Amino acid sequence: MNEIVSIQLDGNELKVELGRTILDVCREAGVDLPVMCYLEGLSVVGACRLCVVEIEGSPRLFPACTTPVAANQAIRTQTEKLKRYRRMIVELFFAERNHVCAVCVANNACELQDLARRVGMDHVRFPYLFPECGVDASHPHAVLDHNRCILCTRCVRVCDEVEGAHTWDVMGRGHASRVIADFNEPWGSSTTCTSCGKCVQVCPTGALWPKAASMGNLRKEPGKIGELVAKRKLNA
Amino acid sequence: MARQYEMIMRHSRNSSGTAEPPRTDTRYKRIAAAMQKHQCRPDALIEILHKVQDAFGYLPMEAVRFVAREMRVPPSRVYGVATFYHFFSLKPKGKHNCVICTGTACHVRGAQAIVNEIQQQLGLRPGQTTADGKLGVQIARCIGCCGLAPAVVLDDQVLAKVKPGEMVETLRARVGGAR
Repeated sequence: MNEIVSIQLDGNELKVELGRTILDVCREAGVDLPVMCYLEGLSVVGACRLCVVEIEGSPRLFPACTTPVAANQAIRTQTEKLKRYRRMIVELFFAERNHVCAVCVANNACELQDLARRVGMDHVRFPYLFPECGVDASHPHAVLDHNRCILCTRCVRVCDEVEGAHTWDVMGRGHASRVIADFNEPWGSSTTCTSCGKCVQVCPTGALWPKAASMGNLRKEPGKIGELVAKRKLNA
Repeated sequence: MARQYEMIMRHSRNSSGTAEPPRTDTRYKRIAAAMQKHQCRPDALIEILHKVQDAFGYLPMEAVRFVAREMRVPPSRVYGVATFYHFFSLKPKGKHNCVICTGTACHVRGAQAIVNEIQQQLGLRPGQTTADGKLGVQIARCIGCCGLAPAVVLDDQVLAKVKPGEMVETLRARVGGAR
């Protein structure tokens, strides 16, 4: 058991255990921070920056998922500046690839779409990049559509950390980054993939989707991964 | 030695349809020796890829597969590392290579003019190699010689305060003859 310290969360005094992250504490206190790359049960990368919070006394913003709580921290999660930044991040997600909800299998079952609604994104202020992205439908059960990928790397992490196959990784850098299977080969010919389907379940958008799904009946269960990891810990 | 031989033999048995069996290729022996030196530890991946690029001048896919298998690093991880760093190339580079620094200092001192001049005079954009494979042109973001800006690295030799016209002449002389 770690030391208990007091912090201020949006003006409310809280007693929390040292060593926990701000995101963890927020969730327990009922403060729902938007997240994209974070998923319970997977390692934390702090990549999407949606969960940024302000800490009094610092001009910087801190990602709640990777920042541990400290004694007497005064954390703000819903300031105007944060709302503005979060909306901008979501707009940049949309501008970076070819996200067209109307023709997407994940329409109404998409974390990115939910997030856009939540942060009040009614249009995108940045010019779309319209990159040429391929679609890999070589796998018998599922499709990888790079047009809808936001590079959250949930699939990469679940494949490595939970399934243990490490079929996925990211190649290149910057806006040219792509999720790849093995040596940038068609997913269907991958020798490491076990076809477990975990990557499809954790993908927050329509970038990975089961071939059996059609628009309107797609349901993903990313929460299963957290349960699975917790069960494994119990059994270990 | 026995262990190196075994590594290479296993690879040549596994890979089908290769033009040149690696076991007769001393370059593979050097790579196998390097991996052995690092006890195939996954965190030595970048150093091993350096060795591969030293040996071949680039990263041939067959050698990349060999490294991934022997070091037991997932294929996608190796490919990701190989494509993340500009230093590594999956395509053969030229016999002579010219790396133009386009870092901040060089940019301010006119690196873009060198890039443009080479493109106009020699028809080579950054990342391209001449059809005969004699000259390759790349760009790098800061090579750490800001005092020499604009700097160009030509075959491991750093050229300081380069002028666009002179650079093209130097390159023509290096590849030999009029082109």
